[in-house]
Amino acid sequence: MSATMSTTPPQSPGYQLPKEHYLNATYGIRSWLLTTDHKRIALLYLASVTFFFFVGGIFATMIRIHLLTPQGYLVTPETYNKLFTMHGVAMIFFFLIPSIPAVLGNFLIPLMIGAKDVAFPKLNLLSWYIYITGGCFVLYSFATGGLDTGWTFYTPLSSVYSNSAVTPAILGIFINGFSSILTGLNFVVTIHTMRAPGMTWFRLPLFVWAQYSTSIIFILGTPVIAITLLLAGLERMFHLGFFNPALGGDPILFQHLFWFYSHPAVYIMILPAMGVVSEIIPTFARKPIFGYTFIAASSIAIAVIGFFVWAHHMFLTGESTYAALAFSLLSYLVAIPSAVKVFNWTSTLYKGSISYDTPMLYALGFIGLFLIGGLTGLFLACLGLDIHIHDTYFVVAHFHYIMVGGAVMGYVGGLHFWWPKITGKIYPEFLARLAAVILFIGFNLTFFPQFILGYLGMPRRYHDYPPEFQVLNVMSTAGASILALGYLLPMLYLTWSMRYGKVAGPNPWPATGLEWRTPSPPPTENFEVTPVVNWEPYDYKNRPDLGLATPTAPTLAPAHGDD
Amino acid sequence: MHRTGELSGQFQTLEQQKDSATLGMWIFLATEILFFGGLFLTYTINRHTYASMFAEASRTLDLKLGGFNTVVLIGSSLTMAMAVWSAQVGKKKLVTLFLILTLLLGCVFLGVKAIEYKQKFDENHVPGLNFQFEKNADQATNAHAQLFFSLYFGMTGLHALHMVIGAGLLVWLIKQSMAGRFTPQYNTPVENVGLYWHFVDIVWIYLFPLLYLIDRH
Repeated sequence: MSATMSTTPPQSPGYQLPKEHYLNATYGIRSWLLTTDHKRIALLYLASVTFFFFVGGIFATMIRIHLLTPQGYLVTPETYNKLFTMHGVAMIFFFLIPSIPAVLGNFLIPLMIGAKDVAFPKLNLLSWYIYITGGCFVLYSFATGGLDTGWTFYTPLSSVYSNSAVTPAILGIFINGFSSILTGLNFVVTIHTMRAPGMTWFRLPLFVWAQYSTSIIFILGTPVIAITLLLAGLERMFHLGFFNPALGGDPILFQHLFWFYSHPAVYIMILPAMGVVSEIIPTFARKPIFGYTFIAASSIAIAVIGFFVWAHHMFLTGESTYAALAFSLLSYLVAIPSAVKVFNWTSTLYKGSISYDTPMLYALGFIGLFLIGGLTGLFLACLGLDIHIHDTYFVVAHFHYIMVGGAVMGYVGGLHFWWPKITGKIYPEFLARLAAVILFIGFNLTFFPQFILGYLGMPRRYHDYPPEFQVLNVMSTAGASILALGYLLPMLYLTWSMRYGKVAGPNPWPATGLEWRTPSPPPTENFEVTPVVNWEPYDYKNRPDLGLATPTAPTLAPAHGDD
Repeated sequence: MHRTGELSGQFQTLEQQKDSATLGMWIFLATEILFFGGLFLTYTINRHTYASMFAEASRTLDLKLGGFNTVVLIGSSLTMAMAVWSAQVGKKKLVTLFLILTLLLGCVFLGVKAIEYKQKFDENHVPGLNFQFEKNADQATNAHAQLFFSLYFGMTGLHALHMVIGAGLLVWLIKQSMAGRFTPQYNTPVENVGLYWHFVDIVWIYLFPLLYLIDRH
């Protein structure tokens, strides 16, 4: 593999910001709160999901501090229950699920397909208001008694026994669901009907394919969690018995309905991140992506198969052995399209002309961490092994490798990749690479010890643990503080760069997508004239307009005679 | 404002706008199926577990009112379909007439539903409000009958909520129709509200036998 370590983006000093763009076209708070511009709505989401990320992050910090000592360091057991619940609720429903779709998806889909906006701009703004309304209910729940049911809201704990503020939290998540549904609907329609002339389905950027697959899950999964939580909420308010065995109901039914959405929800988090990686890898390998069709189809496959694996969360909660066998097998199947992606990304790198810019560091980090997260998922899908590691820190480590190592890395990497497009400015490259490395180290130090803890038998959701687990827990907490620094850094320098960063120019990397053929930041209407697409995706060979001096010929020759 | 419907800024052509709106409505209806789906699943499992109790509880529902409402709703679907047809062929006055008829039939349905709810309220069959299935019914009977009535109120309540929203949409359509907005070139709102109305109708076509006709043959 021949790699060049070159890499400040080829940015020529002559670039200037366009005179008028979407950020300065109109001024004032009303022009933001009543905007129907998908790019501005994306920024509204960016601010709000960042807020919830820090809310969830504060809870995570308290959890890790508490677990410094075996008997618990910081809070009472009851408070500990609330901390991990509120961490999960804030992070999953209000950060991870909307993060890439609502921020990057909103900003990029119309740009990538050559449209002026999404199909339903007003609906798009409404989605944000619904999200904010749901968020307010959940914050109200956090502030008035907190929430201690676990983010899963298992009945009858949530519907009968919990003394915390369950009802407003359920209402908040119920409301927030409609934001997801409308976003998904908007994206699917946009991708179907708004593509520019020549932008055929198989010329779509893979990010768009990933968003399309995600939107399918939004559309088909979210209504089910909505009705399920509504039933649980009604049960709590009016003492009904749907899920309460004391009144003839069935708690396992709640779990089936809950996971029917909440397992696919994991793919809502990871699929868009895979889409981001599929954009970054070819850009910094200077090569067409390997196996475009397979990557596109594997996104759809993950979305579809993802709907048939939910009961693997319930192997130990009383479902039939035969059902468990089927769900175990189906869960293994998800590994196939996931592996297809990893193989294709790796093949794209092969003999590419690789540069290690910040987005690329995140993308490479993603591949490694996703690999660990994905493979440990197979451990959990294995019926016999799951009995041993079910409800231990092994599970916690596994899903954090997927959700933080995968989804968040993809999100932060994507933010860096498209930051020049969003703001027109370049962030400080050295600091950004440093932050990427800090995040990678901090992440692994936080969560790898948890695999070992879980395998040794430390159960999740407990506020204390036997003394022999202390060393690994201290390692995890130390890692978490490094991780926190890693998140703080981008927060600071990205904000700084909005004002003081160098001007990026329309296509700083350069990349092949349509979004890079319009000024940075783009005008409100996205393109001066509707673009006509007459090239294949990720085609670096036939794109003289990118200004790559020596297209691909030299790098295709083996760097060493024997590789 | 253009008489034949205006083109929103994000679209290039009216055709694209129409395709988007129609696709959007179909996808919305797909989410609705999944939304009701959770309730139908809960119903199915409980009816399977407590078959005889569900049959017994079902018999306390008023078959005449339920049947009448079914006919009313199917009739409203007919008038809705007529409204869509009238819009497509450009009979502007008929559009308004059929939309008003649809709205009236929808209101009749909701009125009858309210009467049925009132009956159940008087019989102490509303879950959570001093529920008592029969005099001296034991705890298990009460609990299982309450499951049936929770589902009855949950499913018909959610359906009625959709009817109320549909009625609101009809009022909005009637206003525009009276202003002569709908033409053979531009009638997507009528078509899409029509799709929604038929969907809500179809949900009832399933609800009626599931709730009213369990053991009446």
